[in-house]
This record gives sequence, C-alpha cells and structure tokens, in this order.
Amino acid sequence: MKPFVDLHDVTHVYARAEDGVPAVKNLTLRIHEGEFAAIVGPSGCGKSTLMKLATGLQFPREGTVFVDGRQVEAPVKLAGMAFQNPTMLPWRTTLDNILLPLEIVEPHRGRLRRNKAEYVAKAEGLLEQVGLKGQGHKYPWQLSGGMQQRASLCRALIHEPKLLMLDEPFGALDSFTREELWCVMRDLHAAQKVTIILVTHDLREAAFLADRIFCMSARPGRIVAEREVAFPRPRDLEITYSPEFSALVHELRGHIAQARRAA
Amino acid sequence: MRTKNQLALAPWIFTIGFFVLWEVACRALGISSFILPAPSTILLAVWEYRIQLGYHALHTLWMTVAGFGLAVAFGLLLGMVLGSSRLINAGSYPLLVGFNSIPKVAVVPILVFWFGVGWVPPVLTAFLISFFPIVVNVATGIATVEPEMEDVLRALGASKRDIVFKVGVPRAMPYFFGSLKVAITLAYVGSVIGEQNASNVGIGNLLTRASAAFEVPLVWAALVVLAVLGVVMYAITAYAERSMTGWAQRSQMAA
Ligand SMILES: Nc1ncnc2c1ncn2[C@@H]1O[C@H](COP(=O)(O)OP(=O)(O)OP(=O)(O)O)[C@@H](O)[C@H]1O
Ligand SMILES: [Mg+2]
Repeated sequence: MKPFVDLHDVTHVYARAEDGVPAVKNLTLRIHEGEFAAIVGPSGCGKSTLMKLATGLQFPREGTVFVDGRQVEAPVKLAGMAFQNPTMLPWRTTLDNILLPLEIVEPHRGRLRRNKAEYVAKAEGLLEQVGLKGQGHKYPWQLSGGMQQRASLCRALIHEPKLLMLDEPFGALDSFTREELWCVMRDLHAAQKVTIILVTHDLREAAFLADRIFCMSARPGRIVAEREVAFPRPRDLEITYSPEFSALVHELRGHIAQARRAA
Repeated sequence: MRTKNQLALAPWIFTIGFFVLWEVACRALGISSFILPAPSTILLAVWEYRIQLGYHALHTLWMTVAGFGLAVAFGLLLGMVLGSSRLINAGSYPLLVGFNSIPKVAVVPILVFWFGVGWVPPVLTAFLISFFPIVVNVATGIATVEPEMEDVLRALGASKRDIVFKVGVPRAMPYFFGSLKVAITLAYVGSVIGEQNASNVGIGNLLTRASAAFEVPLVWAALVVLAVLGVVMYAITAYAERSMTGWAQRSQMAA
C-alpha cells in the first residue's frame, strides 16, 4: 500500500531555536491511508514538530515530506487539527466556531452562504455524535473544558478532512471524559475512514485507539520503535483491562523510559 | 442589588463631593476668584456666557469628532498592516514612536503654513495626537493571535488575509475600543491646541482670547465645558465598547 503521510529522513531546526539543536533528526515515518497512528515519546522530543512538518506548517531543513502522494511545499489545505487547548474563538457561538473551517476550505467556502442550512445540520449532527446535542447556540466560554474539547473535535471534522491531526487532545480532561471521548474518536474513525495521527502522553490511549504506535527518542527526536496493535475492531473499553493490553502498555512504557534515559 | 445601586450612584456622589469641597475651601480660605474661582462663580459664568460658550463648544466638538473619525479609520488600517506584518512593524516603529514624541503644539505652525488659519489645523491636530494609541492597540491585538489558532487555520489553507480578518480583527476589538477611550480624550486636547493657535472659533480660541483679556471666570467656564464634553464623549465610546465586545468582558474583575 502507498503511504498517505511519508516523512523521509527529516531533520528540522527551528529558526528561533537558541542552541541550534534540531527538534527532530533523521526522522522517517510512513502512515497509510485510513490508518490510526499514535505517536508517543518523552516531553519536548519533537512530537508537535512532527505534526507541523506533516501539515506543511514548518518545512524541514533536510529530508522530504509527502502527503497524499505530493511533496509538501505549503500548508496542506486538507488537515483538521485539534490541540490540548481547544482554541475556540470567544466571540463566536460554538456552532459558528465549528463552521469556521468551511469559511476557508474550498469548495465549501463558496457554497457556505447559500447552503447554510445544510452545513448547520451537519454541524449539529457532529455535535450530537460527541454528546453536545443542542448546545451549539452557546458561547464556548459557557461550556466546560471537556465540552469545548468535544466542540473542537467537531471543528476539526466538519470539512471531512482526509487527515486529522490530534495533539494531546484529551490531555486536560478527567479520565472518565477521556475514555468517553476515546469511544467517540473510535466511532468517528470507523465511520469516516479518515487518516488520523494522534500525539499523546497516555500510553493506554495510544494502545486503545491506534493501529500502529510510534515511539520517539528524546530530542532530537526520531522514531525508535514501531508497534502494530492487533486488537480487533471495533474495540470495547473492556479490552483495556485485559492482560494483553497491560503487556502492550508495559512494553511501550519500557521504550519511553529507555528514550528518557538515553537523553 | 445594593452594590449595583452604589456603583451607579458613586460617580455622582464623588463628582458633587469634589465640587462641594472646592466651594467650601474657596469660601473658608477666602481665595480670590482671580486665583481660583469657586464652582458657584464658574457656574454663573457658564450661564452668563452660555450662547458664546455653546457656539464655540459646538465647533470644538465638531473638530474633535472629525479628527477622531480620521484617527479611527487611519488607526484601524495602519494597525491592521502593522499587526499582520512583522517586517513592516519592526521597520516603522521607530518612525511612529519618534513622530508620536513630537509635541503636537510644535506641529500646528507647520499646519498653518500649509493650510492657513481655519478648520483644517484643529482637525489635523486632533487626528495626529489621537491615532497612535489606536494603531498600537490594534496591531497588538492582531499580532498576539494564539499560534495554535493560526496553525488550525493555516492547515486548512487559510491565507494571511483570512487569518487577519477572521481572527485577528475581531480579537483586536477589545484592544481597539479600549484605545478609543484614550484617543477621544486626546482628540479634545488636539483640537483645542489647534484652535488656540490657528482658528478664529472654538473653545481653544475662546480660551486664548479670554486669558489675554484676564476674564478669569470665562476661562474657567470654558475649561468646565470642555471637561463635560470630554466625559460625554468618553461615556459614548465606553458604551460602544460594552455593546460591541461583551464577549471579552466576562471576567469578575470587570463586574
Ligand atoms: N517555535 C519554536 N521555536 C524554537 N524552538 C522550538 C519551537 N517549538 C518547539 N521548539 C523546540 O523543539 C523541541 C520539540 O518541541 P515540540 O513542541 O515538538 O515537543 P513535543 O514533543 O510536542 O513536546 P510535548 O510533549 O511537551 O508537547 C523542543 O525542545 C522545543 O524547545
Ligand atoms: Mg507538543
């Protein structure tokens, strides 16, 4: 199968890095279309940098980045993104926040005004899927942190992106809300066949959601281990209490601990 | 509820208290009205000269609003340019700051060379003195868009323009309206300076003539009229701010 996201031997140094040490070095990563990939690694190892490289928000000093068969030379225009911080615009209602990508991405941009009702219905459908039915008229600051995070997932999905980038999206949530949103993500991935790259510090989260998990070394980051996750889909939360699951999490933990020691 | 009423009454109580204290001090210490007239004397002067004061005040108001309007339009535009381009921002700051440091009184003669005595110098002085805070605030609001928000939009293929108009400008609105409150009072200072030196009408001109003739109560009456106009215009901009940027005022601190 042809890779959908293909980073080959990539080295990146931030223009404003004071020490000139690369954030990532000789990083190679291939992710297939429709795959759910998780990236784990010690803090500051370059995971967010990898996201920016794969979406064309940063360009590598060395190496090549291909997305969807094309070399990335500008922001990719097809990615949805969600971060740990929900970054909702406080002057827009939740619904208008979710519609924001449609005001940018073609062909929706040109159609939005005349087909508003259709898009609003779609946004409300997404809100329902993440458990926020009928909350669209509220302003983001009237929602709890977890609810804002759900809304930001809707915003990342509204334009049906081919690539979804999630950078610790559940990092600031309590464990119950987090597990609930895992199931939301699992179902969305199953329904939409979108390629997802998830950066996380939570090894259980990676093991539960991903098809493949990549472990990164300490800065300068590169991939030090790659692990297929064979649990059949659809997965139930119960599997997280199985011995195989614990063994996998334990193994991942070993990789991270080693990467931290090597630093 | 009690605190709300207190808040609404507080400005009146403080203001009236201030003038009562002033009045009492003037009478108790027997201060000559040539040095510091009592508020009652000033009030009488306001009434006595009401037609003259009203005519000149209207002119000053008009000069101020015109200069302020120019400053708003120009300040928004330049602020948007400076906020969205780090290069232009860095390049033009020394010029802007240098220009803003020039006392505008010193510029009025130049305006007179160019445009002669009349309505142009006061309007331009009001404009020149009041646009700077607007520019700085709008530019700051736009330049401090959260990098994550920028990433979300750029990964969708948003242009710089999209980001400035969809996020930067709305985000800068609280800064913008905050700066208007500073700018409107500055614009008064500017138009009065302009009128004092380069006009035949307006409170500024009245002040010049009254002080040359040692008509002390009239000078004070003109100052009071200016202050009242300033408060009214400030209140209008503050009201506009509240109604336009309610989303930014949800903190308990502002309550
Ligand atoms: N804009 C920037 N300018 C300069 N250096 C940067 C910039 N962004 C990140 N870095 C550096 O690059 C390295 C990798 O950063 P990155 O944000 O990719 O880490 P991360 O793996 O996402 O960390 P975390 O898990 O804590 O989010 C860090 O050492 C950081 O200091
Ligand atoms: Mg990060």
